[in-house]
Amino acid sequence: MTETLLSFDDALAAYDPALGLEVHVELNTASKMFCGCATEFGAEPNTQTCPTCLGLPGAMPVVNATAVESAIRIGLALNCEIAEWCRFARKNYFYPDMPKNFQTSQYDEPIAFDGWTEVEVDGETYRIEIERAHMEEDTGKSTHVGSTGRIHGADYSLVDYNRAGIPLIEIVTKPILGTGEKAPLVARAYVAHLRELLLGLGVSDVRMEQGSLRCDVNLSLAPAGSGTLGTRTETKNVNSLRSVERAVRFEVQRHAAVLSGGGSVLQETRHWHEDTGITTSGREKSDAEDYRYFPEPDLVPVAPSREWVESLRASLPEPPRERRARLQAAWGFSDLEMRDTVGAGALSLVEETIAAGAAPQAARKWWLADLARRANDTGVELSALGVTPAQVAEVQALVDAGSLNDKLARQVFDGLLAGEGTPAEIVAARGLAIVSDEGALGAAVDNAIAANPDVADKIRDGKVAAAGALIGAVMKEMRGQADANRVRELILEKLS
Amino acid sequence: MAAALDAGETTSVALTQAHLDRISAVDGAVHAFLHVDAEGALAQAAASDARRSAGQVASPLDGVPIAVKDVLATDGLPTTCGSKILEGWVPPYDATVVRRLRAAGLPILGKTNMDEFAMGSSTEHSAYGPTHNPWDLGRIPGGSGGGSAAAVSAYEAPLALGTDTGGSIRQPAAVTGSVGVKPTYGGVSRYGLVALANSLDQVGPVTRTVLDSAILHELIGGHDPLDSTSIDAPVGGLVAAARQGAQGDLSGVRIGVITELSGDGWQDGVMARFTEAVDALVGAGAEVVEVSCPHFVHALATYYLILPAEASSNLAKFDAMRYGLRVWPEGDAPSAEEVMKATREAGFGDEVKRRIILGTYALSSGYYDAYYGTAQKVRTLISRDFEAAFEQADVLLSPTAPTTAFPLGAKLDDPLAMYLNDLATIPANLAGVPGISVPSGLADEDGLPAGLQILAPALADDRCYRVGAAAEALLAEQWGGLLLDRAPSLDGGADGEAVSA
Ligand SMILES: [Zn+2]
Repeated sequence: MTETLLSFDDALAAYDPALGLEVHVELNTASKMFCGCATEFGAEPNTQTCPTCLGLPGAMPVVNATAVESAIRIGLALNCEIAEWCRFARKNYFYPDMPKNFQTSQYDEPIAFDGWTEVEVDGETYRIEIERAHMEEDTGKSTHVGSTGRIHGADYSLVDYNRAGIPLIEIVTKPILGTGEKAPLVARAYVAHLRELLLGLGVSDVRMEQGSLRCDVNLSLAPAGSGTLGTRTETKNVNSLRSVERAVRFEVQRHAAVLSGGGSVLQETRHWHEDTGITTSGREKSDAEDYRYFPEPDLVPVAPSREWVESLRASLPEPPRERRARLQAAWGFSDLEMRDTVGAGALSLVEETIAAGAAPQAARKWWLADLARRANDTGVELSALGVTPAQVAEVQALVDAGSLNDKLARQVFDGLLAGEGTPAEIVAARGLAIVSDEGALGAAVDNAIAANPDVADKIRDGKVAAAGALIGAVMKEMRGQADANRVRELILEKLS
Repeated sequence: MAAALDAGETTSVALTQAHLDRISAVDGAVHAFLHVDAEGALAQAAASDARRSAGQVASPLDGVPIAVKDVLATDGLPTTCGSKILEGWVPPYDATVVRRLRAAGLPILGKTNMDEFAMGSSTEHSAYGPTHNPWDLGRIPGGSGGGSAAAVSAYEAPLALGTDTGGSIRQPAAVTGSVGVKPTYGGVSRYGLVALANSLDQVGPVTRTVLDSAILHELIGGHDPLDSTSIDAPVGGLVAAARQGAQGDLSGVRIGVITELSGDGWQDGVMARFTEAVDALVGAGAEVVEVSCPHFVHALATYYLILPAEASSNLAKFDAMRYGLRVWPEGDAPSAEEVMKATREAGFGDEVKRRIILGTYALSSGYYDAYYGTAQKVRTLISRDFEAAFEQADVLLSPTAPTTAFPLGAKLDDPLAMYLNDLATIPANLAGVPGISVPSGLADEDGLPAGLQILAPALADDRCYRVGAAAEALLAEQWGGLLLDRAPSLDGGADGEAVSA
């Protein structure tokens, strides 16, 4: 099924988009939301379970105090009010990966509400109003074996309940208006900003590829200038920054095509397809969907004392914007350099690399030019690439000392990614160090001159630019392990 | 029994075997048990005897066997809640109260019958057939915990655990001549109790004497970190209160008789025994006042909104996906949803389905405020009635149930008539206050037991024990023994003698 799309520019000429983002964050607490089970990612299926998170008859939940603390810190970092008293509620619906057939969540009494935060896109600041941040438990994870999704016969489903009961915080924005053609970028910037903020709080691993940060994108269009809100769709599980941007773009174009064709947008859930970059219709989200929320009678209300909330507020880390401004000034980065650094998710990595001794520009160069490309190629987050800031600083120190040039340094990174040891070990094992033996270098220069008499003559005639060809020949003979500047000096000395 | 064990007159193995024999002899007729664990109970009894000879008795009830209502999870023992949907399910864990029983050394005889998921007042809604009242096998033993009460009154078990959501301990106790206690909400852990209505349920003792209940209550009660609603305060003073009450002196105690719990629909013989019991207490020095609790008339309606709402959500987990019954519907490749539907259709009885539908409706959007929301408000008003009443009286009294045991089948087709059985017991659950039922005598019309209910403020369970033990002692003096002494022996073979745990 192919959707008709309007061009993005035409869409924006005729309609104003309204965005809404729902972000689910898995907290990195050691134990689950309502039981003592471990939360480690990637464990053998159903090994991190107990009567409570399996929903066995008779088992009861107990609230994880650390999760409540994390929720409050997230709320405070998003300038939210923190509830003086709030309850959990049961969200009732049947699904095989939900052990109790209700999810313990919060309904009309979220722990945090009425907040705001700001993101920057192309030098412009957008204020995002936060409706609420509430606590809930994750569901299990179904794997459907076979193509039909039926559970009988040759096809079957497997459910892993390790994830069931992992603490989640759901952060919901109010409708984000007035972003115009920047809507896709604002959506992306907001999610990137949340990631940075959550990372700074230390409350989540925020690994989008592992599902510890999941994003649902709500979008509606209204006729330009009408000031109304159109019918929205909710695109589920948009799980990378790039996809957030693309999904918004796609839905803007799709809605615009429906509306401009005289049709009306169906209020529904849509599925995001990472590979093709499109959304497809999911279940219709009608008013008939009734979760029959009511307060969870097995849990007592959460009533964080004001003293506790204030002590948590006092211990919050520096907010991302202030931090970025401070670091940019200290490092002397241009706005563009800073934006790229943040956009690549490299801010903390660069900061740590500089702290380990590298110069700011060098640190930026390695992470953004070289390592970011590698991360992109292998489809992992930069922080999960497997190279540490300390290692980058060590490589740069070797460059600064003249033992490596940039090309050799890249080979050291190859070695690091292949797990060949420390940078020094890799340099030794791979024989990468620059040859500073003047005798060997001199001999190579002599060979190059002898092999290229025409070039040598040009240089003797004062055409110094021709030296490049000889430098190349020398570097080739030295297999790159020479300092190019020193080679140039030697050539010019010999031919002057 | 504990005294006999202490004195070396008997052993836990002998006691346990005697009860297993009694079960073999009479349970075919009574059907108090869904599952008897003879082997396990005897092994626990042997371990108890070994402890005793080593001088390491674990508790005052070490070695005294007990029966457990089938709604409490027992590691390694089937737990069905009287439902087909859990047939054959063996929990991999113990309820906290069961863990405490094991730690205290009580051999577990087996699991007792109950209305399916504790929904009922007669035990006729058990998917495994009804339990019969030992006083008259043609009559109901009360419910939902009819199995526990019948086991105790038929001398199949000296002690039992029940659960009380709207009277499921107290009403069966009343109609079988035994003692039953619903503790303060949060006083006993609910961890491992398969919830009917989480905000109403409590685990409590079913015994032959008030003192036995007090001892058992102290063993199972107290804070449990696995139950967030459990109160973080030590349970104690109950045994002392029962002993004090048994002295028969109630000077300075104010007893309040609840006006609203009498009148039309209350059986004459039940009311007559109630009045005599109150007179006996007054004779022991208590001061009597009449108190009004005007909102109690709404208790039943409130209860039948809150309970089904919570139950409908609790019972959603029985979906054939992880444990219990699984029914494959017709056709080649049923979806998960179709399997869930077929299983729930086949696995739940009519009363359970009725309440799931009621609860689902009461929680639906658009109806929530009118039903569940209003019910919660009325619940608050009922709590306020209690607060006001407890300013005038230390304890509140009523008959436990409006009638004595009715014949099996008499109300099975009339749910509303069935629900009326719990009129007097429900307010305590809605307000979270403790209550005890002690035998008040036999009704003149039918010669069947009636109960006296004593309610106290939250956390003042000791008052129930003090006044309950006083009533028990004063009435036993009139009768020349416990009411249960007069129960039919059933097989004529086993001892019909009252034996205290
Ligand atoms: Zn668990």
